[in-house]
Amino acid sequence: MKKSSFRAASIVAGAVLAMPAVPVPAHALTAYVSNERDNTISIVDLDAMKTVKTIDVGQRPRGIAVTADNKSILVCASDDDTVQIIDRATLQITGELPSGPDPETFALGEGGNRLFISNENDQLVTVIDIPSRTVVAKIPTGVEPEGMTVSPDGKTVVNTSETTNMAHFIDYATRKVVATVLVDLRPRIAQFKHDGSELWVSSELGGTVSVIDPVKHVVKNKIHFEIQGLRSDVIQPVGIRFTRDDSKAFVALGPANRVAVIDTETGTVEKYLLVGQRVWQMAFTPEDKYLLTTNGLSNDVSVIDVAAMKVIRSIQVGRLPWGVAVSAQ
Amino acid sequence: MGRPNRSMRNGISRRGVIAVLLTLAASRGHADVSTIRIGYVRSTARRPMISLLEQPAPDAGLAGAKLGIDDNNTTGSTFGQAFELIDVPVRKGADLPAALERLAGQGVRVVMTDLAANSVLTLASAARTRDMTIINLAAPDDSLREQDCRANLIHVAPARSMLADAVAQYLVWKKWTRWFLVVGSYPSDKLLADAYRRSAKRFGAKIVQEKVSEDTGGSRQSDSGVVQTQQQIPVLTQGAPEYDVLIAADENEVFAGYLPYRTWDPRPVAGSAGLEPVTWDSSSESWGGTQLQNRFVRLFNRRMMPLDMQAWTGVRMVGEAAARSGSTDPDKLVSTIKSPDFGIAAYKGQLLTLRDWDLQLRQPILLAGGRTVVSISPQPGFLHQTTTLDTIGIDRPETKCKLQ
Repeated sequence: MKKSSFRAASIVAGAVLAMPAVPVPAHALTAYVSNERDNTISIVDLDAMKTVKTIDVGQRPRGIAVTADNKSILVCASDDDTVQIIDRATLQITGELPSGPDPETFALGEGGNRLFISNENDQLVTVIDIPSRTVVAKIPTGVEPEGMTVSPDGKTVVNTSETTNMAHFIDYATRKVVATVLVDLRPRIAQFKHDGSELWVSSELGGTVSVIDPVKHVVKNKIHFEIQGLRSDVIQPVGIRFTRDDSKAFVALGPANRVAVIDTETGTVEKYLLVGQRVWQMAFTPEDKYLLTTNGLSNDVSVIDVAAMKVIRSIQVGRLPWGVAVSAQ
Repeated sequence: MGRPNRSMRNGISRRGVIAVLLTLAASRGHADVSTIRIGYVRSTARRPMISLLEQPAPDAGLAGAKLGIDDNNTTGSTFGQAFELIDVPVRKGADLPAALERLAGQGVRVVMTDLAANSVLTLASAARTRDMTIINLAAPDDSLREQDCRANLIHVAPARSMLADAVAQYLVWKKWTRWFLVVGSYPSDKLLADAYRRSAKRFGAKIVQEKVSEDTGGSRQSDSGVVQTQQQIPVLTQGAPEYDVLIAADENEVFAGYLPYRTWDPRPVAGSAGLEPVTWDSSSESWGGTQLQNRFVRLFNRRMMPLDMQAWTGVRMVGEAAARSGSTDPDKLVSTIKSPDFGIAAYKGQLLTLRDWDLQLRQPILLAGGRTVVSISPQPGFLHQTTTLDTIGIDRPETKCKLQ
């Protein structure tokens, strides 16, 4: 990206600059962090390990992702009842997706071309074809869907619900709920392993992660957390990420201010990494080099060096950072 | 409230339909549906409140219980469990043992009630011989958790000591430690004042002055009443030594609502007016609370009040016990609720669990400021070896309760 065009873009977009505009090299490893409180996205240069720019987006930005073609950023602007599309090159909002009301988060499916959005108040999952920006399905869930994920083969949509404390398996072809699995209290995030062999569901108030067999629809293992010196009620699992080879899982533990590293073979916690305050969401950088965590109460992102299993940096972002997405291009 | 109203069509019926769909979808050998009936012995007495905004609805509490049943059924449908509420509205002086007997005849073993302490005890005693369990939704009396505690009496309602401690922790955190305590003239007001005195001692605040506000009768707001109130409240609160905050102990809604902005000295008000300790506030939206609020408004066309939350919580405890134990046997449900690893999620950011020494539900207390939730106690810095929730109320080492 040329320096001049970058500046021009900033002015046109009316962006708030966190610091003097520093050009982001075209190849830079970049993280995009939605700041729920500020209505902004922080753009973090992961080579320089700092926030280089902050852009204004819609109200209450939460779920965030980079599209499959790497050209756009998608962000749920919950209080504006829309998902905004932001051009990565110009950092301008170029359009919206018809998300339905109060989108909190979404999952990408079908090679990144389908967006599955939970609409809590309407008890719906809205499915959007991203290239054509159209709604292709509205699936009634019967309960308020919160966590949202799609199986790697695209055949199964899973939503979690706080009302039922269950993971609801929806067959995408027939749009029907085919199974429900009871987990511990306040399920938040559901995440399939990359090979689709297991679905992990975090229970924020139950303090556990349920490992579910997605074929038999049963909880086959439950992962508990214990941290010396911390009461169990502050251990509140939310975000879950698997390494590419599925050998390790990382679970963000909310107000415990730690990320648990789990051996997925045995289900044992190998390590707790101390990060910022109230850690919720996470994203890997390519090749699983770093894992980034959003820390809502300390307004920063922790950078975990995955090979070394160490927190190497914390990067200041906006207020109440919620979600994070990464692009290498 | 634009958003909730838009979806009025999404009422119980739709959820019911979906529940059936879920049942069909997950029909894995649940041919039989087993029904759990929960009784609700409910007071129909309604006392006028000072603020028109706080007038209790005819279905106060009942609406919360209904929503709880609805939520229970959504989960229960996949296990072949159904929940029913049996509403027993009672007037003052009703024959409570007879009401309980009728419920027993309908197969009810768990009965919620929002009656006052003496009636709760009557019910608990009558329930014992019938092997029934009473859930106290509203009576805040510490005596019910202390000398009068019962092994078949579970308290969802926070005790006065919990409410007072919740306020006290916040005031101490603010360093507003000089209190002017104004107490109503009813016995319950005196008990509440006792709770504030205990809290002051416990957390290092000082009550610099106490005053009693006699109930001299008369109606709530009247057309020219506001003129008189403007004269009376300054006089009531005049002449106090230096203080930081006025605490009102007025459970009967006689004077506290008139205090804010009318005190002799310009001081904030807490307790029964101003900053109030509650189990719920219709402005609470944290921890997924927005969805609960919207669901409630959609179904009942009014805001969710604290008693609704207490009734919802009582019903949900039974539902949660059924889901976790996989049973509809009332004995199993009650023993599950009393087991150490039982907890309930109630939009308060942490699990609510039962104190095993007096069967009081541990819970954070919201401090409502009228338009928003100002804070939530326990406050940071008040530590406890087991759970910070036990920094509010009567803790294990202090209890006088002997459950039997």
